[in-house]
Amino acid sequence: MRRALAAALLALLFAAAGCHSARPLAVGSKKFTESVLLGELATRLIADGGVAVRHEAQLGGTRVLWDALLAGRIDVYPEYTGTLCQELLHSACDRATLERALAERHLVMTPSLGFADGYALAARSEVAARLHLARISDLAAHPELRLGFSEEFMARGDGWPALRARYRLPHKDVRGMDHDLAWRGLDAGTLDVIDAYSTDAEIGYYRPTLLTDDLGHFTEYQAVLIHRDTLLPAARAALARLFGAITASEMIAMNARAKRDKVPEARIAADFAAAHFGLAAVTAPDGVALRVWRRTVEHLTLVALSVAAAIVVGIPLGIVAARRRRLRRIILGGSGLLQTIPSLALLVFMIPLFGIGTAPALVALVVYSLLPIVRNTVAGIDGIAPPLRESAAALGLTSWERLRLVELPLAMPSILAGVQTAAVIAVGTATLGALIGAGGYGQPILTGIRLDDTRLILEGAVPAALLALLVQGLFDGVERLLVSRGLRLRPRADA
Amino acid sequence: MLRDMFRLRGVTKSWGALLAVDVDLELARGRTTVLLGPSGCGKSTLLRLLMGLLAPDAGEVTFDGGPLTLLARRRIGYVIQEGGLFPHLTAAENVSLPARGSPRTATDARIAALGELVQLPRSLLSRYPLQLSGGQRQRVSLMRALMLDPEALLLDEPFGALDPIIRAELQQDLGRIAKQLGKTIVMVTHDLGDAAALADEVILLRDGRVVQRGPLTALVREPADPFVTHFIEAQRAPLRRLEA
Repeated sequence: MRRALAAALLALLFAAAGCHSARPLAVGSKKFTESVLLGELATRLIADGGVAVRHEAQLGGTRVLWDALLAGRIDVYPEYTGTLCQELLHSACDRATLERALAERHLVMTPSLGFADGYALAARSEVAARLHLARISDLAAHPELRLGFSEEFMARGDGWPALRARYRLPHKDVRGMDHDLAWRGLDAGTLDVIDAYSTDAEIGYYRPTLLTDDLGHFTEYQAVLIHRDTLLPAARAALARLFGAITASEMIAMNARAKRDKVPEARIAADFAAAHFGLAAVTAPDGVALRVWRRTVEHLTLVALSVAAAIVVGIPLGIVAARRRRLRRIILGGSGLLQTIPSLALLVFMIPLFGIGTAPALVALVVYSLLPIVRNTVAGIDGIAPPLRESAAALGLTSWERLRLVELPLAMPSILAGVQTAAVIAVGTATLGALIGAGGYGQPILTGIRLDDTRLILEGAVPAALLALLVQGLFDGVERLLVSRGLRLRPRADA
Repeated sequence: MLRDMFRLRGVTKSWGALLAVDVDLELARGRTTVLLGPSGCGKSTLLRLLMGLLAPDAGEVTFDGGPLTLLARRRIGYVIQEGGLFPHLTAAENVSLPARGSPRTATDARIAALGELVQLPRSLLSRYPLQLSGGQRQRVSLMRALMLDPEALLLDEPFGALDPIIRAELQQDLGRIAKQLGKTIVMVTHDLGDAAALADEVILLRDGRVVQRGPLTALVREPADPFVTHFIEAQRAPLRRLEA
């Protein structure tokens, strides 16, 4: 019975890993509002063209989307010409060069969608007024200013390192952070200068001073779609309706509606498609209850499957480690090493191997769940008193009988504690799965951070915390079931 | 049928540079032998060699003329200090563990018979070891050792952790059981009272070697070595002083 359950779980796991075949087209988008809006628009138009399609919204940063497109996990995503040449292809930025370089990778770039979204530097307006800042060159005279840039801007080819060299900027207090948090820092006065996109909705309501790129450092960032050259003609025709269709001010307005007015992207995209392409605006936004329920199912699936798989792998590994001195160091060292990989990095590593969505998130979660289970299994077996080991040997029990009848039951409290730790950690770590399209409670948290919407963040964070508590409670029940009553007793006072 | 149950030929066992055991011994069938000696004299190591829980560095240990295989071990019962009962199993489950796979009714009948033999109230059988007193635990442990009706019974300080009154009770009961069953019994202790109550023969050990072997009275009357007298006097002296 227990064996059958384990087999079923494994089968499910493989099914989840292998579900890429015969899927609908996938449109990807990066984890910022404009990309999500463009992805949503592209998805609607393709669907309107009669092709089955889904939107893998806010998958992650540029690298995640690019790798997913190259690997064929997604078929289309919105990109910017400047990002393509500076960051991805390391080539010249003219259209002909880009198209040639993309063709080598079996990719196609569409014409501009009608607007450019370039980098700019935004200064807090009162600081700009006080110090007379108008151009990026003006920053050089004020090394005390506090700068906060998006992680991507800190690292990319045309980002902060190149900008600093070009303008000879002396600043020491430069921090990398999430772009949305940078805007909030600028508003709160904890930052003086941040990087901005020229279509950022925040420009409209935080009213920063945009500094002129007087040395012409930043390249042009025309918004385009890139897709695989195998994309269906019907889908291509559908996408063609977007070419030149969105002006910069329309894009800023849509961004502002999403961020300031908290209108769901699907609604905004639907309105835009209705106004410009005559698509019937059909969106029935889900109620909170339904949304939370769906996230709960996704989250529980991630946690339950990954912890189950970690049990199936971890307990045998722990037994081997406890019995074979030589393998112990390798097993404990190996699972410890896996634990030290930062979770974000691990998730991204999984994409080329397992695609996007549930499968890579599951694998990453299994990797994180292993160490507590393996270590506690070893500790549980190691902790068995020598006289009890000796008794088991003296009774003439075989090695397998000793394990089954004596060692595992005695180690059970420790093993369960390990599984419990793994499960609680998995509930937390699974929220990161949303970054690679695995859904779960991380989805509203991610969207909430992006939209500066505390209500949405809580919609993910509160159920996640409750779930962690529930898991904790659940294991007290499981302990009653799996640990012998004889091990839960208090010793007699006279014994 | 061989006269000797256990035979140790040129057996040595060392822990690093420390010699723990260096003996040549035969232990006769159906007799109760007590291995006596101070702590660290090698008596527990010797018992583990007899059980096959340790392999000798040199020499050979045989049981009933054959090697100490897993199967042979099932023909020897073993009781250690504090009983070595598994805390996750009830008394009855501990006792029936050696007989796993036998029909339930046969096992139950055997448990009932053993319970009578060691005088353990039936109601205690469903308790876990932590719910039993030290003396009760030793009785359960003895039942477990006798479950498969072994030919030999090895006991390592079985009364070590008990208070004197319970100790005396158990000594008497074990002596009665030994007579009743006629099994080969080897018991390790440092207590002269245990030896007096039970031993057909005493083997006094010091630093892993046999100092003297024979009935306890022989050790008292004709000590082979000043150490024998010293060991015996050390335990008798307190009483003597009171009598004087």
